[in-house]
Amino acid sequence: MEVDRSAVDNEIKKSLDERRNAESVAPVSSVTFDSDLYEDNRFEGYVRSIPVNEDEGEADGDAALLFRRRMSSYTGPKSLIDIPRADGEDDSGFKKPSRIIDREDEYRRRRLDRIISPARNDPFTSGETTPDASVRTYADVMREQALQRQKEELLKAVAKKHEEEKSNKTAAAAAAEAPAAAASQKRRNRWDQSQDSDSSSAAKKTKSSSDWDAPDSTPGIGRWDATPTPARVGDATPSISRRNRWDETPTPGRLADSDATPAAATPGATPAGMTWDATPKLGVLATPTPKRQRSRWDETPLSMGSATPLPGVGTPAAAFTPGITPIGGVDLATPTPGAINLRGPMTPEQYNLLKWERDIEERNRPLTDEELDAMFPHEGYKILEPPSSYVPIRTPARKLLATPTPLGTPLYSIPEENRGQQFDVPKEAPGGLPFMKPEDYQYFGALLNDEEEEQLSPEEQKERKIMKLLLKVKNGTPPQRKTALRQLTDKAREFGAGPLFNKILPLLMQPTLEDQERHLLVKVIDRVLYKLDELVRPFVHKILVVIEPLLIDEDYYARVEGREIISNLSKAAGLATMIAAMRPDIDNIDEYVRNTTARAFSVVASALGIPALLPFLKAVCQSKKSWQARHTGIKIVQQIAILMGCAVLPHLRSLVEIIEHGLSDENQKVRTITALSLAALAEAAAPYGIESFDSVLKPLWKGIRSHRGKVLAAFLKAIGFIIPLMDALYASYYTKEVMVILIREFQSPDEEMKKIVLKVVKQCVSTEGVEADYIRNDILPEFFRNFWVRRMALDRRNYKQLVDTTVEIANKVGVADIVGRIVEDLKDESEPYRRMVMETIEKVVSNLGASDIDARLEELLIDGILYAFQEQTSDDANVMLNGFGAVVNALGQRVKPYLPQICGTIKWRLNNKSAKVRQQAADLISRIAVVMKQCHEEQLMGHLGVVLYEYLGEEYPEVLGSILGALKAIVNVIGMTKMTPPIKDLLPRLTPILKNRHEKVQENCIDLVGRIADRGAEFVPAREWMRICFELLEMLKAHKKGIRRATVNTFGYIAKAIGPQDVLATLLNNLKVQERQNRVCTTVAIAIVAETCSPFTVLPALMNEYRVPELNVQNGVLKSLSFLFEYIGEMGKDYIYAVTPLLEDALMDRDLVHRQTAASAVKHLALGVAGLGCEDALIHLLNYVWPNIFETSPHVINAVMEAIEGLRVALGPAVILNYCLQGLFHPARKVREVYWKIYNSLYIGAQDALVAFYPMLNDEENNIYSRPELMMFL
Amino acid sequence: MQVSDRFNINSQLEHLQAKHVGTGHSDVNRFEWAVNIQRDSYASYVGHYPMLAYFAIAENESIGRERYNFMQKMLLPCGLPPEKEDD
Repeated sequence: MEVDRSAVDNEIKKSLDERRNAESVAPVSSVTFDSDLYEDNRFEGYVRSIPVNEDEGEADGDAALLFRRRMSSYTGPKSLIDIPRADGEDDSGFKKPSRIIDREDEYRRRRLDRIISPARNDPFTSGETTPDASVRTYADVMREQALQRQKEELLKAVAKKHEEEKSNKTAAAAAAEAPAAAASQKRRNRWDQSQDSDSSSAAKKTKSSSDWDAPDSTPGIGRWDATPTPARVGDATPSISRRNRWDETPTPGRLADSDATPAAATPGATPAGMTWDATPKLGVLATPTPKRQRSRWDETPLSMGSATPLPGVGTPAAAFTPGITPIGGVDLATPTPGAINLRGPMTPEQYNLLKWERDIEERNRPLTDEELDAMFPHEGYKILEPPSSYVPIRTPARKLLATPTPLGTPLYSIPEENRGQQFDVPKEAPGGLPFMKPEDYQYFGALLNDEEEEQLSPEEQKERKIMKLLLKVKNGTPPQRKTALRQLTDKAREFGAGPLFNKILPLLMQPTLEDQERHLLVKVIDRVLYKLDELVRPFVHKILVVIEPLLIDEDYYARVEGREIISNLSKAAGLATMIAAMRPDIDNIDEYVRNTTARAFSVVASALGIPALLPFLKAVCQSKKSWQARHTGIKIVQQIAILMGCAVLPHLRSLVEIIEHGLSDENQKVRTITALSLAALAEAAAPYGIESFDSVLKPLWKGIRSHRGKVLAAFLKAIGFIIPLMDALYASYYTKEVMVILIREFQSPDEEMKKIVLKVVKQCVSTEGVEADYIRNDILPEFFRNFWVRRMALDRRNYKQLVDTTVEIANKVGVADIVGRIVEDLKDESEPYRRMVMETIEKVVSNLGASDIDARLEELLIDGILYAFQEQTSDDANVMLNGFGAVVNALGQRVKPYLPQICGTIKWRLNNKSAKVRQQAADLISRIAVVMKQCHEEQLMGHLGVVLYEYLGEEYPEVLGSILGALKAIVNVIGMTKMTPPIKDLLPRLTPILKNRHEKVQENCIDLVGRIADRGAEFVPAREWMRICFELLEMLKAHKKGIRRATVNTFGYIAKAIGPQDVLATLLNNLKVQERQNRVCTTVAIAIVAETCSPFTVLPALMNEYRVPELNVQNGVLKSLSFLFEYIGEMGKDYIYAVTPLLEDALMDRDLVHRQTAASAVKHLALGVAGLGCEDALIHLLNYVWPNIFETSPHVINAVMEAIEGLRVALGPAVILNYCLQGLFHPARKVREVYWKIYNSLYIGAQDALVAFYPMLNDEENNIYSRPELMMFL
Repeated sequence: MQVSDRFNINSQLEHLQAKHVGTGHSDVNRFEWAVNIQRDSYASYVGHYPMLAYFAIAENESIGRERYNFMQKMLLPCGLPPEKEDD
């Protein structure tokens, strides 16, 4: 024994020396880095032999080639290879700020089409007075809306007519194509004769393709095409002040700039040739295209129409001029701005242009007579009759030509330099303003002008101020942002709603907006809303235009934010204003507008209550004027149901009544949305509220017989959601009614219909009243014939839905029916299909067990599973593995005859060259180990253990982890004594693996080692355990909590097994190391050892260590004590008197950390011994803790406050209150502050108990302070 | 409060404390503290039925009456606040 002991001592000493050398304990003052984190010893245990590059492998000749060939088939290490590497700018690990527009689909981008309409009249403030003519009232908006509709319809009619005309003409035109093309070219030239020579000369000298030399002298056609960009309105006239492209600010609104952005390359837009150079354009124009016919149809100089060879390809220029050349637009079959978006993605810049342009169009519309009357004085002016020959020019292109050029002929003129303009380098923002992005210049450019503030009018100054604050919020640093936000909030009413929203809202429509920026701006709106309250009314619609798109954003938080704003808005503005603002949008021609409006209305309903909105909804849903209004109204109901869930229950009947007539609407879309709304209502109300749906049952069930296609799908969906609400009897009846249709629709080729049918079948089947026999006889045959086909496995959603439905059916009809039908398919040749079968079997079997399965089916099942398991090529979701595990576990002992075969498969696959296969085989062992034990196949398991043991040299960490897991499962099941290989051989093999830094390996390894230390420590020599202890210290640093916890527990087991002394010596020595994390982990380990081996085995050595005059060691000891008392709890009462002198000393130490750690030790100690009669020692400790209350270092004061809290629990609040009373009204504020803080936490902790201990106060002349009730005595 | 204190755990602690009615701060005067003490006391009497019963016997009142009285006293337990001294 003695010899053994000294051997162990030597061993420990040697390893300690090694450690010391390795760690080279540095003096306290010197700075050392966490070397073992940064040096490459962390890769110990990782394979180092993978060739770094191709050449190396080739040099080694055949062997290397072989090796490489083997490597190439490895599928496992992909996760290692594909570690997301930093690509320069994004190495912070954070997501790069992303522009919203980049992730939006086309539909969502339609938000940019909407115009921020002018402010509207607020009837509440104006009262009885007639609103000013300049203010838009509700009536105006409604009128405009109606006009817009008419216009749209007219344009549609025109387009249609033209289409017809064109088709009529085609034949004739085709015959005369060539001459017509020539003629048209000639005619085109007629309208700008000056062009004639230019264009031909330009065509000759093809080299002059750049912008700055050709177009300024020759306002070529291409140039005119580009002009309608708003940023260039000034340039449209060929004035001499034309700016050079090169020195302009890069505003995003410039079409020219869009060339520079990569987005310009998007399909649908023809980027080249439009703005840049006139020449290629002329070339295009010169080539006769069939499209040329159109310019004959109308005399408008239809330059860009002919520039597009195909109507499907929208040139940007064409896209931007719809309003200006309406006829040309019709010609292109893109008559409205709204329709443009259907043609393919556009760059944000283009969107911006479009928006700008429509804004300008709105403002620059011709003045009406009334407006002119209002503008001019009545006297001194006379209205002249226009000459009879005058015909107004409607097309701006001609208007431009009509402008007299200054010199007659547009020769080259030296462009005048604008000295005030910005060059490429962004100007330094004045006054500490944050950096401006190029696209911000458009909004914040004014801030860069150096004009004197005093010269500005107060209004302008206010505007400036708002802009500054907004810029700070948008681009500033967090502190800047915070103050700016607060200022905006505080001064909101002072700034006024108008100026604020006029600045904020356009920013939100900025196409290049990023998520973060939008979030901030939305926050601004939210804050400002609170302050402005009813002042917000005229701007409700404006705000809605920018906020509504948030409701359909793909980002969940954006949706929540949008809802919050709209909800606040409706509370601020009131229901009447909200309805007035949104009513015109309800029958907007644009589906996008209606959709977002419906969603916004549902938010209003949830904010102001459904009953408030009911009358309005009723009216809208019965609108006779347009089906769009009815559609939107019903959609609002649907959205309300989705948004509010079961909160619709009180109003369910009225909501259903409002929409029920929609089921028989003449419009198909209205019928569809009605059915969908009913589905949403039923889903929200489930499982209640069937009586509210009584009135729609008949139309629904009648409807499914008369409808087809989309409408039928919607009706079925509604039925599917209503049936689960019914009583069993009715459910059965209605299910049978609908089943006929469902079975018919099983064959539908429509994907959407398939999904809905599957879902409805699932809902019907799961209802109580539907009998198993009925399902078995009437549904199953058709169901399996139509749905259990390979194609269904290819689409992920179909796959999921089919599995779900089948599982639901199995719950009714039992395992055997379902599994029997699909088991053969486990051997199907399509792998996705096999996987679907396997997943279904897994779910069915784990739901219902395998007792239904007879011997024949069992054989088929195992056979199929083995086949599917072996044949799989890729299984990322572990479907096959899970299925195998589930079936084997369900069959239990019945699996015994098949086990040799299964194990054979596993062994064979453990030897596979693909890492994935090996890993899966090992995982399978851990799944079926329990069943193998049930089947008494211990010998087989022992055999598997040996095989696994041989594979411990595995190179791939994922596989190694699984192998360790499998070993652990086997050890757990057959026990330490029967394990083969014997534990004494197994454990030394595990010690080096503990060095592996891969999480999965670490976790499985430490679990296995911990299990052995717990149950079979005696099989392994103490020396080996010591070696493991050293490895475990490193593992205390693991990132995963599970690993750290397992490690600490293992420490406990080992200490228990070999006695605490040796382990403790190691640990105490470890306190001297430099690295903090290591020391912290060591203190935890010491505390664990103390807990498992009783504190008295550890405390003496630990307290002795405190005498070492080294800061780290003493603090380590104190920290160990803190953890120790935390773990041992009330056992602390035996040791409190022993440690009190030590704590006393620590609490008086000059070092802050000493006092901090000692205070936390006191806390745990006090909490542990509360109520165990140690008050004397605790009061003594309190006297040492108390002077520390004036500490300012946050950690120290925190620890001290917690210690006092702990002592309050142990000593009762009275003691602490008495300590407190001396300082609550101290003359020095600093003292009072601290004492009140202590008093407050005391008060919160023991409010009621304090009543008995408050000091007695004497009454004053007017005030009663005494508490006479407490004097009562019986 | 120091700048460094503004964002640490202690400020959170004070924030948490400030959320409870009845906690105090360095500028609390005698009257305010006494009002809190009185209200806490009455709340405690009302909350502990045995206490109520004890007071009821001592005052020869019904328990309900006692409870009502205590609740009423919570309204202005110490009378009107004293005039602010100008300082």
